[in-house]
Amino acid sequence: MKILVGVKRVVDYNVRVQVKPDGSGVALDGVKMSVNPFDEIAVEEALRLREAGKATEVVVVSIGPVAAQEQLRTALAMGADRAILVESAEACQSLTVARVFAKLVEKEQAGLVILGKQAIDDDAGQTPQMLAALLGCAQASYASKVEVNDNSMRVTQEVDAGLQTIDVDLPAVISADLRLNEPRYVKLPDIMKAKKKPMDTLSLADLGVEPAAALKVVKTEAPAARGGGRKVASAEELVKELKNKGLL
Amino acid sequence: MSKVLIIGEQTGGVLGQAVGRVVACAKELNASEVVVALFGAGDLASAADAAAALDGVTRVVTVDNPANDHPLAALVAPQVVALAQQGGYSHVLGSNSSFGKDTLPRVAALLGVPQVTDIMLVLGERSFKRPTYAGNAIVTVEVAGDGVVCGTVRSASYPAVGNGDKAPVEAVSLDVALPSHTRYISQETSKSDRPDLQSAPKVVSGGRGVGSAENFKIIFSFADKIGAAVGASRAAVDAGFVPNEMQVGQTGKIIAPGLYVAVGISGAIQHLAGIKDAGTIVAINKDEEAPIFEVADLGLVGDLFQLLPELEKLV
Ligand SMILES: Cc1cc2nc3c(=O)[nH]c(=O)nc-3n(C[C@H](O)[C@H](O)[C@H](O)COP(=O)(O)OP(=O)(O)OC[C@H]3O[C@@H](n4cnc5c(N)ncnc54)[C@H](O)[C@@H]3O)c2cc1C
Repeated sequence: MKILVGVKRVVDYNVRVQVKPDGSGVALDGVKMSVNPFDEIAVEEALRLREAGKATEVVVVSIGPVAAQEQLRTALAMGADRAILVESAEACQSLTVARVFAKLVEKEQAGLVILGKQAIDDDAGQTPQMLAALLGCAQASYASKVEVNDNSMRVTQEVDAGLQTIDVDLPAVISADLRLNEPRYVKLPDIMKAKKKPMDTLSLADLGVEPAAALKVVKTEAPAARGGGRKVASAEELVKELKNKGLL
Repeated sequence: MSKVLIIGEQTGGVLGQAVGRVVACAKELNASEVVVALFGAGDLASAADAAAALDGVTRVVTVDNPANDHPLAALVAPQVVALAQQGGYSHVLGSNSSFGKDTLPRVAALLGVPQVTDIMLVLGERSFKRPTYAGNAIVTVEVAGDGVVCGTVRSASYPAVGNGDKAPVEAVSLDVALPSHTRYISQETSKSDRPDLQSAPKVVSGGRGVGSAENFKIIFSFADKIGAAVGASRAAVDAGFVPNEMQVGQTGKIIAPGLYVAVGISGAIQHLAGIKDAGTIVAINKDEEAPIFEVADLGLVGDLFQLLPELEKLV
């Protein structure tokens, strides 16, 4: 079975983003970019399935600018077999990204797609579910544990009430949550090896994908600032303050 | 004028607390109709009554089907699509619960339209504010085209509506083929008599600084004394101190209690994303430089193992 994994290039999770004063977006110049943390977990899970003999090939896919090659190389260094960059200078939104994946699933005859549950830039959390809808297949979102059986998977999902377990037939789309695994560290020799692994570049047009209707981002602004607080000297003072505010 | 279909949630006949919050958002859409749809098997009457009583709701539809016993996104989505198309709705909304976030994108893709995640403010029938970058950049988006507007509503941004005139309840049966590729197996929920984390007016959360599952007793004990729900940071959940449903933050629960007490939590941006709308934030941390103090209204520097028992005695 072939597994497709999504790898999005996003602002590193340690960066505190700044909104541009003109409201046109967030400042990205010189900001550290990384693999979306949930996608790293997705790559790791695919590799583990391959290492366990449940999958034959792990193909990593990024839809984005040429610079996303860097993130694809990281995924190859982790151990993915092959990469596909679907180049788009314009940022693509979830429904378009889902259309691209749907085409690739068909083209590659993939049996499983693993995506991160959300990207930490737009925080939309839509692509896996949209892709499953387009493929007419099962979705197992927020996975914290997966187990591949013959033609199905048993997936434990992190839901509001706790943990939910479902069975899904393959092909399926899994979305990775934080506790699915801990991604491996990439070693220097792996980075060297990754340079030789194949990476194809395609365009939306090559795949026959029309960009979907989208959300027009009209303005970006910083959130309302919280009024500055202060430190209290003792437990007594804290209790007194809270009682004054009617909170205790 | 808009016509809004809300995917309501219910468990064992109890209406989800978020439904009233989604209705509050729907009321801002210049709506002529606000219809709550409930999916379940057999026991929908009391949830339907509760939904019908919510102020602003004009009708409740119940979809009773054995396949909806444990509602799953892949099965509920085609039913929602059928309702949306038959009823000619302009908007389909759900809450930003795990179920809502799982279901709405599937509905949107089936309808061939984009989806708005985490609506925090309605500016117009197709114009909304929503958070990105863990709440550090708020974007105004317009839904292009004239398709159905699909969205999840950020519960923390909307207080629930109260009760109003009773709306009619109608049972519908839908002629939709449901897929068999997804099957419910089981659910694990830790039973608790404590207030619900997502709607509690007071929340006490513990972080890595608490040190162990055993030590978390000190958090539970203080929370019980002040009648608060209990939450946690990702680090505390990852370390196995408490179960995943207690995680607060960008990728956990986003809450807006009147009082939030962060104990042994450093204040990473991902954690802060979950508490931005809290009324008063209190931080207890032994490191006076911890970033949590930058957002805390009241900060107390010191060892939590000394301070919490002291506080518990004082309140
Ligand atoms: C993709 C992604 C998503 C994430 N999502 C979330 C999320 O939803 N929610 C979330 O919380 N995190 C999330 N995180 C993790 C986040 O970045 C932080 O790692 C996490 O919040 C840290 O938890 P903490 O504050 O408990 O631990 P730490 O950062 O280790 O802080 C522990 C604190 O305890 C204090 N302390 C220790 N001992 C004591 C004592 N005896 N008395 C008083 N204080 C003490 C220390 O001074 C320190 O400030 C996410 C990270 C990533 C990459």
